[in-house]
Amino acid sequence: MPEVAYHAVALDTLRLVAADDLIFAYHRASGITHLLAPPAPEILNILAEAPMRADELLVQLAALYDLADGDLAMLVARLDELIAAGLVWRA
Amino acid sequence: MKHTHQLRIGPVGFRIGSDWAAPIAQLKTLYRDYPSPHGDIADFNVRLFATRPWRRLVRPSVMIGGDYILPEAAPLPLAQGLLAAEMAMNLQMALGQRRYLLIHASVVERDGRALIMTGESGAGKSTLAAMLAARGWRLMGDEFALVDPTTGLIHAFPRLVSLKNKAIHVVSAAMPKGRFGPLLAATPKGDIQHLVPDARAIAAMDQPAMPALLLFPNFGFAPAIRDVGAGEVFVRLTQASTNYVAMGERGFTALTRLVREIPAKAIDYPDTGAAMTAVEQLWTGL
Repeated sequence: MPEVAYHAVALDTLRLVAADDLIFAYHRASGITHLLAPPAPEILNILAEAPMRADELLVQLAALYDLADGDLAMLVARLDELIAAGLVWRA
Repeated sequence: MKHTHQLRIGPVGFRIGSDWAAPIAQLKTLYRDYPSPHGDIADFNVRLFATRPWRRLVRPSVMIGGDYILPEAAPLPLAQGLLAAEMAMNLQMALGQRRYLLIHASVVERDGRALIMTGESGAGKSTLAAMLAARGWRLMGDEFALVDPTTGLIHAFPRLVSLKNKAIHVVSAAMPKGRFGPLLAATPKGDIQHLVPDARAIAAMDQPAMPALLLFPNFGFAPAIRDVGAGEVFVRLTQASTNYVAMGERGFTALTRLVREIPAKAIDYPDTGAAMTAVEQLWTGL
C-alpha cells in the first residue's frame, strides 16, 4: 500500500466559531459552511501544521488530546469525511 | 406598466407595476399608511403581468416577475392578484436581498428586544405574531427577520400579515378592530386573508431591535418546551434563510452570532392560548 500523506486546508482559509461542543467552520475558498465535531477540528489543526500519514496522525492526536478510541480505522473514516467535505486531501 | 404603486416596508422600497388596476388599488388601500421608498428609488421592482396580451381581459391570470424571477412560478387568477403581489414582493426579497441575512420567520418586539419565531409552513409563525401583537407586542414582521450582519440588530419588515385557513378566524376574533384585506378563497395555499399591521408597527418600522429569544413553534401537539442545541439551531436557521449562501462570510457572521448569543427553545402547543402562555413564561425567564 503506497504511503500517502494527508493534507489539510490552511487554517487562515477557515473562520472557526465554537458553540456547545461543535465548531462551525466557514471555508472561505469554497463558501461552504461545515459543522465539525471532535476530533475533526483537532485533525485539521495538526494537518495544517504538516501533512502526514494516518498512523503518524494517530500518534500525534493521542499525544495532544485525550483520545478515547485510538483506532486507525476510525481515524481513516473521519479523514474520509473531511476529504468528502473538501477540507482534507491525500497526496 | 399601466398601473403602478411605490411603497416602503421597513428598509426596503418596492415599485409594483401591474397590467390590471385591481391589485394596485388593493395594495394602495391596505398599504395606505406606508411611506414611499427612500429618495423615491425602489430597491426592487415587482411586475404583475398577463401570460398573453389577451389574457389581460379573457380569463385574466397574473404572472409574477420583477428584478428576480422564478421560472416555474405559476400564474394566479386575477381575483388573487393581491396574493400575487405579495408573493412577488417576497420573491424579490428572497432572491435579491443582500444587505441583510434573511430568515424566514416572524418577529415581535417588546422593551426593545426581539422575539424571533421560525418554523415550517403551518407552524404558526404568522398567527402567533398577530396574536402577540394583539396583546401589546410590536409586530416587526411575519415573513422575514432581517439580520444586520454588522450590528446583529433585527430590522422590521412589517408587510401585510398573511393568515391562512383557521388562523383567519382565530386572529379576526382576537382583533375585532383589525384591518383586514379581502378573503382570498381557494388559493394554492388555501384560504388567505391579510391583516394590516397596526399603526404602532408601521410608525416604528424604522426601529430595529436586538434579538433576545429564538423560538421554534410547533402547532398541534401537547404543550411542551425544550432547549434546542447550537448545532440544531444553526442547521434550522440555514434552512430557514433564503440568502445564507449568497451572503457569504457576512451571513456566517450573522448566523453564528445568533446561535451563540440568543437562547433557543422549541415549543409545542395545541392552541394559541397555550402558545401565549409559553411565550410569556419564556420571556419572563430571560
